[in-house]
Amino acid sequence: MATITATPRKAAPPGILTHPAVRKLLILAVAAAILVPLAVTQWGGTTWPAALTVDVSEPLGKASDWIIDNRDSHPLFLYFFGHVSNVVVIAVRAVYLALLAVGWAGVTAIGALIAWRVAGVKLATGTAVAFLACGLLGMWVPTMQTLALMVVAVLASVVVGALLGLAAGLSDRMDRVLRPVLDTMQVLPAFAYLLPVVLVFGIGVPAAVLATVVYAAPPMARLTALGLRGADKEVLEAVESLGTTARQRLLTARIPLARKELLLGVNQTIMMALSMAVIASVIGAGGLGDRVYQALASVDVGAALAAGIPIVLLAVVLDRVTGAAGERLGESGKSPLTWLYALAAAAAVAVAGRLAGFLDWPEAWEVDIAEPVNRAVDWMTAHLYSGVPVIGGTADWAAHFTSWVLNPLRDGLQWLPWWSVLLIVAALAWLIGTWRTALTAVLAMAAIGVLGVWNPSLDTLSQVLAAVAVTLVIGFATGIAAARSDRFERALRPVLDVFQTMPQFVYLIPVVALFGVGRAPAVAAAVVYALPAVVRITAQGLRQVDPAALESARSLGATSGQQLRQVQLPLARRSLLLAVNQGVVLVLAVVIIGGLVGGGALGYQVVFGLAQGDLATGLVAGAAIVCLGLMLDRVTQPTERRPRKGA
Amino acid sequence: MRMRTTAAIASAAALTLLTGCGAADMTKQASPYANAQGARTVTLSVQSWVGAQANVAVAQYLLEHELGYRVDTVQVDEVPAWDALSQGRVDAILEDWGHPEQEQRYVEDKKTIAPGGDLGVTGHIGWFVPTYFAKKHPDVTNWENLDKYAELMRTAESGDKGQLMDGSPSYVTNDKALVSNLDLDYKVVFAGSEAAQITQIKQFAKEKKPFLTYWYTPQWLFEKVPMTEVKLPPYKEGCDADPAKVDCAYPVTPLQKYLNADFAEEGGKAAEFLKNFKWTTEDQNQVSLMIAEQKMRPEEAAKKWVDSHESVWKKWLP
Repeated sequence: MATITATPRKAAPPGILTHPAVRKLLILAVAAAILVPLAVTQWGGTTWPAALTVDVSEPLGKASDWIIDNRDSHPLFLYFFGHVSNVVVIAVRAVYLALLAVGWAGVTAIGALIAWRVAGVKLATGTAVAFLACGLLGMWVPTMQTLALMVVAVLASVVVGALLGLAAGLSDRMDRVLRPVLDTMQVLPAFAYLLPVVLVFGIGVPAAVLATVVYAAPPMARLTALGLRGADKEVLEAVESLGTTARQRLLTARIPLARKELLLGVNQTIMMALSMAVIASVIGAGGLGDRVYQALASVDVGAALAAGIPIVLLAVVLDRVTGAAGERLGESGKSPLTWLYALAAAAAVAVAGRLAGFLDWPEAWEVDIAEPVNRAVDWMTAHLYSGVPVIGGTADWAAHFTSWVLNPLRDGLQWLPWWSVLLIVAALAWLIGTWRTALTAVLAMAAIGVLGVWNPSLDTLSQVLAAVAVTLVIGFATGIAAARSDRFERALRPVLDVFQTMPQFVYLIPVVALFGVGRAPAVAAAVVYALPAVVRITAQGLRQVDPAALESARSLGATSGQQLRQVQLPLARRSLLLAVNQGVVLVLAVVIIGGLVGGGALGYQVVFGLAQGDLATGLVAGAAIVCLGLMLDRVTQPTERRPRKGA
Repeated sequence: MRMRTTAAIASAAALTLLTGCGAADMTKQASPYANAQGARTVTLSVQSWVGAQANVAVAQYLLEHELGYRVDTVQVDEVPAWDALSQGRVDAILEDWGHPEQEQRYVEDKKTIAPGGDLGVTGHIGWFVPTYFAKKHPDVTNWENLDKYAELMRTAESGDKGQLMDGSPSYVTNDKALVSNLDLDYKVVFAGSEAAQITQIKQFAKEKKPFLTYWYTPQWLFEKVPMTEVKLPPYKEGCDADPAKVDCAYPVTPLQKYLNADFAEEGGKAAEFLKNFKWTTEDQNQVSLMIAEQKMRPEEAAKKWVDSHESVWKKWLP
C-alpha cells in the first residue's frame, strides 16, 4: 500500500517546482507552435474533424448480428462459450436452490454463526439483524438471488485473481505485463465492462456473472502479488537455508506470510463484486439490483429504497465480517472443535426451520415501506421541490445548477477547438506527472475523437469537472475540519465507513427523489459517492504533516490559518493530489451511471445501446468511457498511485 | 508432479461430467432462478410502461391464483426482450408494439419465437401538444406549422431549438429521423424514462406551458392531462421501412403477444392461458390508472380488477 507518510518532507517547495514546470511548458509551446497551424489549416473547426474519425458502428453492428445469428450453431459458441455459460447457470442455480432449501431461518442462523466465529458476538447480531431486515422488507427472494450470484462470482474472482496474482508474484516478467493492465482496470467505470460480455452472452445471468468477475478479480490479483512480493526477505532466506524446494517455500512460507494481503484481497473482491452485481441488473442479473432498476424506471423511490436497503446491509455486513477476519488473523488459533459446534448448531437450526416450515419468508411479516416513503417523497416534492421562499426548492437548485454551471461548462468545452483541448490535456498531465502519462492522456483523448463521439464525451467531461469541483470544495473543507478536530473526526468516521461500502447504484435513489431527472442529479450522486474518499485522504494527509514543521511555524508566531495555508497544505500537497485523482476516478464512475437518471451523454448512449440492442452505439460509447477514464486518471496522476476506494 | 497431473485430469473430467461432453447450446438456457423448489414457473417480460405492467400484473395474478404457477417477472427492454425470449430466458412478451426486424429474424427465420395472438388493445404512437395550447393555436396540430411555435417550446436542454420530448431510450421511436427528414427546428430530448417524462408533462401542465411530446394511446395520462395529436405526413405501407429515411406518421398497431416457441408447445396450461389472454383498452386503462395514479401495488390493482371482471377472464382459463 502506498502510504503518504513516506515522503511528506520531500514535497517540493514552490521555488524548485517552477523550474521544470516552465521548461515543460516551453517545450509544449514550441511543439504546439509547429503542430497547431498545420492541424488548423488541414482540419479547422471546433469539434473533432470528420476526416479524422473512423466509423466503427458498421462493422460492430455486423459483428453483433453475426453473433446473434450464429449463437446456436457456430462451434465457438457450442463448444466454448456455451459451456462457460452453462457452468455459470448451473453453479448459480445450485447455490440459489441450496439457499432456498436452507430457508430463511437457516440462512440467518448460518450467517450469524459464521460471523460469530470469525468476528465476534457484535457482528453476529448485526448479521442476523441484517438478514431479518431483508426479509421484513419483503426482499427475501431477491436477496437470495443476489447472494447466489455473488457467491459464484466472488469464488470465481478469487480463484482467477489469486492465480493471476500468483503468476505476477512469482515471475517478474508476468508482473511487468500484468501491472499496467491491472492498474488501468482499477480506474475504469463499471459500466464499460457490461457491453462486451452482453455482445457474446446476451442479456442474462451468465453475462452478469462474467462482467462481475472481470471487474472484481483485479484487486485480488494486485493484492496477492503484493503479498507474495512483500514477504520478509530474512524469513525467506531462513526457509531456503533449510533446503526446501521452491514449491515448499511457496506453500509453507510465502503464502502464509501473505495471509493479510490475501484476506484484504478477498474483502476488496467481495465489495467490488457486490457493487457490480447490482449494476449488472441492467444486463439481466436479476435480484435486488433488478428491483432497484425497475423502481428507478418508474421513479418509485419507496420501492427503490426497499430494495436498496438490503444491498447496503449486505455490503456493510460482508465488509465488516471479512475485515474482522483479516484483523483477527494474528490471534491465537481457534480450536476446530468450536467450529464443529457452530456447524452443528447451524445445521440444527436449518433442520428445525425446515420442519417448522420456516422456508419462505411469511408474507404476513413483510413491512411495506414503499408507501410511507413515497408519501414522504410526495410531501417533499410538493413542499421542497420548488417555490420555497428565499432559498428556492431543490428542483430550482437543480435547474440553476444546470443552466448556470453545467450548460456554460459544456458549451465552453465544446466551443474550444479540438486541438486546444488536446493541448490542455497534455499540459496538465505533464505538469502533474511525467511525459509518459501526458502521452497516454493525449492519445486517449485523440482516440475519443477518432471514434466519433467527441461532443458527447465533452458533455460527460463537463459533468465530471463540475462534480469534481464541488467534491473538492466540500471534501477539502471537511477534511481540514476533520484534521483539526479530533471530536469531529471521531463523529465522521462511522459515516464515512458506511458511505464507502455502499454500491454506486444506491446513490441514484435519493437524488432522483430530491432533484428529479437530468444532469444535475447525476452530478449530485457523483459528489456524494466520491466525497468520503476525498475527505479521508485529505484528513490523513494533513495529520501526517511533520509535527516539527508545525511546531516551528507556531514558534514563529503563525496564526492557525497561516499554519494551515503555509505549512500544512503545501506539505500535504501529495495527498491532496491523490485526493483529486481519487475524486476524479470515482466521480466519472457515477456520472456514467447517471445515464440511467437522465444524465445524457456517454452514459445514456450505453443505456441506449443496451435498451435498443444497438450494441454498436453502446460499444463505441463504452470505449470512449474507457478512454475518458484513462485520460482523467493520467492527467491527475501523481507519480505514486493508490488503490481505490475502500482499500 | 504426479499429484498435479492427477488433479488436472480429475478436474477436467469433472468439468466434462458437469457440462456433458457434447455441444452446449446457450440459446436454450433457462434462467437459473426458474422452477425452483419444484414449482412450475412462468417468466414474463415486463416493460417499463404502465400499460405493460397492467397486462403482466393481471396475467400473474391469474396464473398464481387460478392455475397454481409461480411467476417471475424480469424487466427487459423491448429489443433485448426478443433475444431473451428466443433464448428461453423469458417465456412470454404480452405487449409488443411492432418490431418487424426482430419478427423476421426470430419468428420467420429461426422459429424460436411463436406468435401468441392479439392482446386486444390497439396502440398508436404520435406527437402531442396539450389541448389547452391547441385550443389557443389551432394550427399547431399540423406539422407544417410546428416551426412557428419552436420558440415557445425552448428549454434549457434543447438550447435554441424547440424541444420534442421523448421518454425512455428503449421505446419504438423514429423521432430523430423525423425531425431531420421533415427539416424541423426542433431537438429531440430524452427524459430518460417514461416516469420522468410524465413528471415533466405534469409540471408543464400545472403551469399551463406549451410543450411537444412523443406520446401514445392507450395511455392513462390523457385523463389527467388532455392532449391533442399533431398530424404528421400520413402513414403509408412501407414508408417506415428504412429507419433513417422515415418521413411519415407512426402506424396504428394492434398490439401482439409472443411466446417462446418451446414454451408455446410444452408450456401446458400456462401457455394456453397466455394465448387466450385478450382484453380491451378500457380494461387495461382501469388497471393502469390504479397502479399509476392511485399508487396501488400491481398485485392489488390486478386483484381489484379480477374480482369485478370474472366474465372477462373466465374465458381465458384453459
